Order: sequence, then C-alpha cells, then structure tokens
Amino acid sequence: MAEKVAVEKKVLSENDKLAAEIRAQLKKHAVASLNFVSSPGSGKTSLLEKTLEALRNELKIALIAGDVQTENDANRLTRAGGTLVRPLVTGGACHLDARMIARVLPEFELASLDVLFLENVGNLVCPSSYDLGEDMKVVLISTTEGDDKPLKYPGMFRRSSVMVINKIDLLEFTDFDMEAVKRNALQINGRLKIFELSCRTGEGLQAWFDWLRDFVKTQKNS
Amino acid sequence: MHELSIASSIIETVTREIQEKKLDAVQAVGLRIGELSGILPDALEFGFDALKSDTPLAQAELVIEIVPVTAVCSECKHEFKVEEFVFICPQCQSSAVETYSGQELEIAWLETESPHRKIDETEI
Repeated sequence: MAEKVAVEKKVLSENDKLAAEIRAQLKKHAVASLNFVSSPGSGKTSLLEKTLEALRNELKIALIAGDVQTENDANRLTRAGGTLVRPLVTGGACHLDARMIARVLPEFELASLDVLFLENVGNLVCPSSYDLGEDMKVVLISTTEGDDKPLKYPGMFRRSSVMVINKIDLLEFTDFDMEAVKRNALQINGRLKIFELSCRTGEGLQAWFDWLRDFVKTQKNS
Repeated sequence: MHELSIASSIIETVTREIQEKKLDAVQAVGLRIGELSGILPDALEFGFDALKSDTPLAQAELVIEIVPVTAVCSECKHEFKVEEFVFICPQCQSSAVETYSGQELEIAWLETESPHRKIDETEI
C-alpha cells in the first residue's frame, strides 16, 4: 500500500532564503539593485557601459557581471569606468542564482555604494526562476529580435519592472513593430516602464539615466 | 535549460525530507508547476531521471500537476483565469492585476511504501 506524505515546499526555497538575506543586507546599507536580463546580444553590456560612463561621477556603482564562460564583459565594463566590476563566470550555468551572489557580495564595501547592477547570463527563461535579492528586474530586447519576444517569454516580462528596447537606430532596417512589442509587453505586465534607446547613437539614453538616478535616490531615502 | 539544476534541487530537498521524516523508499514525488514558472515538464523529467540513480529517489517518478495562471484585479477585485498571458481584467479592463497562481515550483507531496515511518530505536 502506498501512502502520501504532504511536503508543501518550494523547490527553490534555499535560493529564496539566500535572496531574502541579500535583499536585507542591501536595504540595510541603502544600496539600490537592478538585475539585467535579456537574450544574448540585446545589449546588456553596452547599456551598462554607457550607464557607468554617464553616472560614475555621481553614483558609486558596483557591478557583478555574469558570463557563462569568459570575463570579456567584465573587462569591457572595467574599461568603461566601473571600478567595482566583479566577473562571475558560471561555468556553463544558464543563469545567476542567489548563492553565486552571496558568495561574492562580501568583496564589496556595501556602506560606500549607491547601486549594485547584476548582469545576468543572456537567457530569457532560466534567470526568471531565480530571485537574486534585487529591487527589480530590467529586461532588454533589441529591434533585431522578433517583436513577439514578450509573448514567447511571458514569465520574464511579467516579473520585470522595466523594459528597455535597444538598437532603435536600426529600426528602419528591420520588420520590428514597435507598437506591437509595447502592446504585447503591456498586455503581460501593465506596470512595465518602457525606454526606447540606442546604445550606439546615444538616442534615448538620457531618459534612462534620469529615471535611474531618481530610482537610486528614492531607494536611498526609503 | 535550467531544469537540470531544478531537478537537482528537488532531489536535495526530498532527500532532506526523507531523513527528517524517516520515510521509506519514495515511489513518487508530486510537483506543482505553474504555467508561468518557465519550467518544461519534459525537460525536468529527463533531468530528474538522469540524476536520481544512487540517490534515495532512484525508484521515484515525478507526478507533475500544471497550475494555470490566475490573477486578481486590484481595481474591482475580480478573480479570473489568465488566457494567453493577457493580464488585463476582463471585467473592468484594468491592467493593475496581481498574479494569484501560475508561478508555482513546489514539491507538494511524496508517495512512499506503507508504513512510511520507520521505527526509530531511540523512541523505544
């Protein structure tokens, strides 16, 4: 005779516990935190490069750059003026998890920081399952991708607070339907804050910088 | 493809559960997986079967219950099933809706051979 035993446990309860500890630590030191997610090649590293260059004199920024195999992204970001760039090579894993962040967090002097950027591995599925203790997720897509990306990866767009549409300078060469992508994304998540920009030409970046500066200030004072 | 690490977390959690509750051989693991969880059941079963040998779950099967996405409207409090991931209240058209279910990734139950409790000698 078989017998059923109730368990009722989250599979990722260990991850969630660690994420809650990370969140509490960041809150304690008033450090805002954003988790950047996208497909490979949407421009996470480019957006972070531009952001570090623009805001490094105003904000004390630290960055954990997840990469499956190389430290290339971290090297690029260090050149962009991120003095506190920590590469995190996942060795094949398709996402960052809270354990990886908890392991490297002690390397930062949190009390002196304003904001922590977490650059996730390029993937719109797996990182959505793992809370890293961040304040919010920023999802990027670019105009060279399909405008049905939000419909294909609803979990990620539902869990994100900001959507950045990059490479708008290439819009005229693609069949990307800007209105459709915004409609699709807002259908999944009506609260998404949307930015349209080009890291290459700089168009639209100022609005992103302004929003980010305000967000960090709000988090600091909360 | 993070189902392999999810499968590994399941095996870790259930193994701890077996030790804590002193359970006999587990025959089945009941999972609740939300449609919005980003988990592919087939890939999860594949990963679980690949990892389970040499663990206390070597004989276990996964029994997966898919949980549909539902939401509650923050404006008019209407509860509704979310079709095609459209998070808009069908009653008042508001997009201020909270996800109620569909993000689950939970171990609901274990099925063991009866009696499931081994006699603990320290209790005698």
